[in-house]
Amino acid sequence: MKREYTWCYIFIAMPVLLFLAFTLYPIVSAFIMSFQYYSVLESTWVGLDNYKYALTDPVFWRSMRVTLVYTVGTVPVNVLISLGLAYLVFQLRERARTFFKAALYLPAVTSGVTMSLVWLWILDPTPSGLLNQALGWFGIDNVIWLGSSKTALLSLMLMTYFGSHGPALILYLSAMGGIPKSLYEAADVDAASNWSKLRNITWPLLKPTTLYLLVTGVISSFQVFMNVYLMTQGGPNFATSTIAYLIYQNAFRYFDFGLASAMSFLLAVVIVAVSAIQFKYMSTDVEY
Amino acid sequence: MDVRSNAAGKVRIVVIYAVLLIWVAFTIIPLYWMLVTSLTDATMSATLSPSWFPLKPSLAPYARFLGKSQAPRWLLNSAIVACAITLGNVIFSSMAGYAFAKLRFPGRDAIFWILLSTMMLPYHVTLIPTYILVINKLGMGDTYTALIVPFLCTVSNTFLMKQYMSTLPSTLIEAARIDACTEFGIYRKIIFPIAKPGLAVVAIFTFVSYWNQFFWPFLVTSSNSMRTVQVGLASFRFAEATDFGAMMAGAVLASLPVVALFFSLQKYFLQGITVGALKG
Repeated sequence: MKREYTWCYIFIAMPVLLFLAFTLYPIVSAFIMSFQYYSVLESTWVGLDNYKYALTDPVFWRSMRVTLVYTVGTVPVNVLISLGLAYLVFQLRERARTFFKAALYLPAVTSGVTMSLVWLWILDPTPSGLLNQALGWFGIDNVIWLGSSKTALLSLMLMTYFGSHGPALILYLSAMGGIPKSLYEAADVDAASNWSKLRNITWPLLKPTTLYLLVTGVISSFQVFMNVYLMTQGGPNFATSTIAYLIYQNAFRYFDFGLASAMSFLLAVVIVAVSAIQFKYMSTDVEY
Repeated sequence: MDVRSNAAGKVRIVVIYAVLLIWVAFTIIPLYWMLVTSLTDATMSATLSPSWFPLKPSLAPYARFLGKSQAPRWLLNSAIVACAITLGNVIFSSMAGYAFAKLRFPGRDAIFWILLSTMMLPYHVTLIPTYILVINKLGMGDTYTALIVPFLCTVSNTFLMKQYMSTLPSTLIEAARIDACTEFGIYRKIIFPIAKPGLAVVAIFTFVSYWNQFFWPFLVTSSNSMRTVQVGLASFRFAEATDFGAMMAGAVLASLPVVALFFSLQKYFLQGITVGALKG
């Protein structure tokens, strides 16, 4: 009996050890660090100073606002786009379905770095930039997409709309496949319109999927860093300085690890709170 | 939802096709533009105005990218790192997933939930101490160890395998136990082989995400020759900020392995992602 347990613990050893070294220890360490002025050589206990500094720092609040605008402007829109695409693809024959699934999925396998570079080129401020070329056909003047504080954040949001909706699409399609046909047949007996079927049958039964996509989407959107780093460096005039980019700068440009840790805990609190709110308002125990 | 039976239904299908094809065009255009630009020879973005079809295709941007970077080494580094992490996850997540799903031992559920509970935590919370641990305390900066070890068995893969393992029949395991197989023997001879479809999914998604990983390699590599292809490409973007041709050539080279993987194993990509995502 005892030998059996030994093997159990050996089987789970790797994830547990990695968790202790690269998750649990860092969480505890970051928490302590957030109450210190911490640099590589020395550290002094400063109590709540880092938190106070962050919460009274206009730069911190501006970054929070930028992150919030980006999240609100991308996550729900992209979930709706995925749902719309799934609704359309679902009505097609099997072979057409597979084609569209594959075509819409493809961009998801390319890296964020690659897509950032391509979009840097699409959004090029000169008339040879693709988007400016396209707008030129309609007689619209050149836009300095990433170079203007008015359009920079919008540009970063725009590129997510034309990114891949493949993974979300596939989740929605499999959820749609799980909705019993009898529900639609019953609706047909009542001569329900397509819109009514979508609103009263499809949408409520897809709620768990929608909730999952919203929660995971918000979590990753709150941590957006790479596009900002590669495309705008937080500029112009801090218009795209997201909270994740600010934390990166504090930690790895200014080496103020204490302040960066405090900010990352504040970010964690926001993420957990937003996720909890989403669960509260979205989760309904749907059984079918 | 059979809408193909009448004329109105046919119109509807045509409209659906049209909308979807337009959307596909929008999502494919960036990739197409990347390919076209990488085959158009011009060094400055201002003079570079590729047509929709490369009339005079040229490999000059590729030559420039390869000449000004250490691309072959970067690609090799990415291959080593992504393969090692994939192999680690296939072995360790299947072991752990099996133990969490099918074996009984003290603390099993508590340990599993503790692992899972931190998945929502933003990456930035653990990043700084992990960085200090790996770079300053362990002195592993700029090594393959630093790039590989933290990701050898991720919590999400462990969770995925636990979900997958719990769908396998327990009767097989009991039969093997009666035949006096050791616990490790049961895992190796029975569990591992029948879990292969699930493990293929884990392998593919792990490979793609670590081939594409940017932030961690970006932080822990300092020499040019230890960069992965994503980090190298990012550094190239700042070093040659106006040479979009060469940049796009690099982007094509960095994407080729995963795009090839996608086309050859499409079935797994299009079904696999739903495994375990919504259950539990």
